[in-house]
Amino acid sequence: MNINLTMFGQLIMFAMFTWFCMKFVWPPIVMAMEERKKRIESGLLAAERGRSEQEEAQAKSQEMINQSKDQAAEIIANATRQASNMVEDAKDIAFKEAGKVKEKAQVELEQDTIRTRNELKNQVSDLVMQGVSAVLDKEVDAKAHQQMLGKLSQSLS
Amino acid sequence: MSATNEVITSGSYIKHHLQNLTYGQFPDGHWGLAHTVSEAKEMGFWAFHLDTLGVSFVLGALFLIFFYQVGKKMTSDTPSGVQNFVESVIDFINESVRGSFNGQNPMVAPLALTTFIWIMLMNTMDLVPVDWLPYVAQQVGVWFGANPHHVFFKVVPTTDPNATLGMSIGIFILIIYYSIKEKGAGGFAAELTFHPFGKMMLPFNLFLEGVNLIAKPVSLALRLFGNMYAGEMIFILIALLPFWIQWGLSLPWAIFHILIVLLQAFIFMTLVIVYMDMAHQKEH
Repeated sequence: MNINLTMFGQLIMFAMFTWFCMKFVWPPIVMAMEERKKRIESGLLAAERGRSEQEEAQAKSQEMINQSKDQAAEIIANATRQASNMVEDAKDIAFKEAGKVKEKAQVELEQDTIRTRNELKNQVSDLVMQGVSAVLDKEVDAKAHQQMLGKLSQSLS
Repeated sequence: MSATNEVITSGSYIKHHLQNLTYGQFPDGHWGLAHTVSEAKEMGFWAFHLDTLGVSFVLGALFLIFFYQVGKKMTSDTPSGVQNFVESVIDFINESVRGSFNGQNPMVAPLALTTFIWIMLMNTMDLVPVDWLPYVAQQVGVWFGANPHHVFFKVVPTTDPNATLGMSIGIFILIIYYSIKEKGAGGFAAELTFHPFGKMMLPFNLFLEGVNLIAKPVSLALRLFGNMYAGEMIFILIALLPFWIQWGLSLPWAIFHILIVLLQAFIFMTLVIVYMDMAHQKEH
C-alpha cells in the first residue's frame, strides 16, 4: 500500500495507451461508422427521391390517360356529327336529283303526248282524206276541197 | 524447508493477499525483490509493484490489440459480431462524450474509451477467485527457486492506490494543460483567484479553488481505489470461511461486484469527461 514509483509507471502506461488508442484504434473505427452513416443517409434520401419521382410519374401518366380519354371522346363526337352531316347532305342531294329527274320525265312525257297527238291528228286527217276521196273519187276536186279538209283536220285535233 | 512450516493464520493470509510483489531499492542501496512485508515497507518510494504494472499492462495491451484488430477489419457494410460489439462500445462512449463535453478536442473520446475499458478490465480481475492467480504466481516463483511464502501477488491493479493515483495524475496534468491552453495562463489564474468572492478575497479564493482543483484527482483516485479495495477485502474474508459456505457468499457478492466493476469504470470515465469539459470552458 506504499506510494512509490509504481504511480509513475502507471501514469506513463496510461499516457501510452491513450496515445495509441487515439492514434491507431479510434480513427478507423469511427471513420467506418461515419461512412456507414453517410451511406445509410444517402440511401434513405435516394429512396425518398425515388418514391416522390414515382408518385410524380404516376400523376403524370394519370393526367395523360385523362387527356387522351377526353381527346378520344371529342374525336368520336366529331366523327358522329360529321357522319350525320354527311347523311343529311346526301339526303338533300338525293332529293334534289330525284326532283330534277321527275321534272325532266314529266317534260318529256308532255312533249311525247303532244307529238303523238299531232301525229294521230295527221294520220286521222289523212285517213279521212283517203276515205272521203275514195267515196267521192272524181267528184271531189282535191284542190277545191283542200281548204275544207284542212279545216276539218284542224277541228279534229 | 522451514518456510513450509510457517503457520498460516487469518491475519497473515489477509496480509499476504494485500501485499504487492515489490521490486525496489533496499536500505543498503542494492535493488531486488522484497521478500517480506516489512522489507517492502522499508523500500519506501523507490520501488515498483511488479504485479500492478504487469497485470495492468497485459490488460491494457489486450484491450488495444483487440480493438486495433477489429479497427483494421472495419467495414462500412453489414458489420460482423465482433464489430457490432466494438461499435456499440464506441457508440456508448461517443454518447457519453457528446452529453457532457462541449469543447472541440479529438483526444477526449479516445481518452474516455481507454479509461473506461482499461479500468473495467482491471476491476474485472476482482472476479477471478482470490487464490487462483496468486497460487499460479507462487508456483512460478517456486520454479524460479523462491520461497512460496515470499511470493506476493496482488491481482487487481485498481486495489493499488498507485495505479489509481497514476491515472488520476495523468488526468490532472491534462486538466492543467487544457485549462492553460484554452483559457491562457492569465485566464486560468483568474479562474483560480477571482472566484467565488471577487478580488478582495483573493487568498481565500485561491485556497478554495486550489482545494477544488487538487480534490479532483485525489477523489478520482481514492473513489476507485476504495471501492475496489473494499470489494477485494470482502472476497478475501469470504475465502477464509469454511469451503462449503464460500460459494453461498462469494457468488452473490461476485454478482453484485459485477455492478461495481462497471459502475466504477463508468464513474471514472464520466468524471474524466466532465473535468475535460470544465478545463475547456472559457467562461466560468
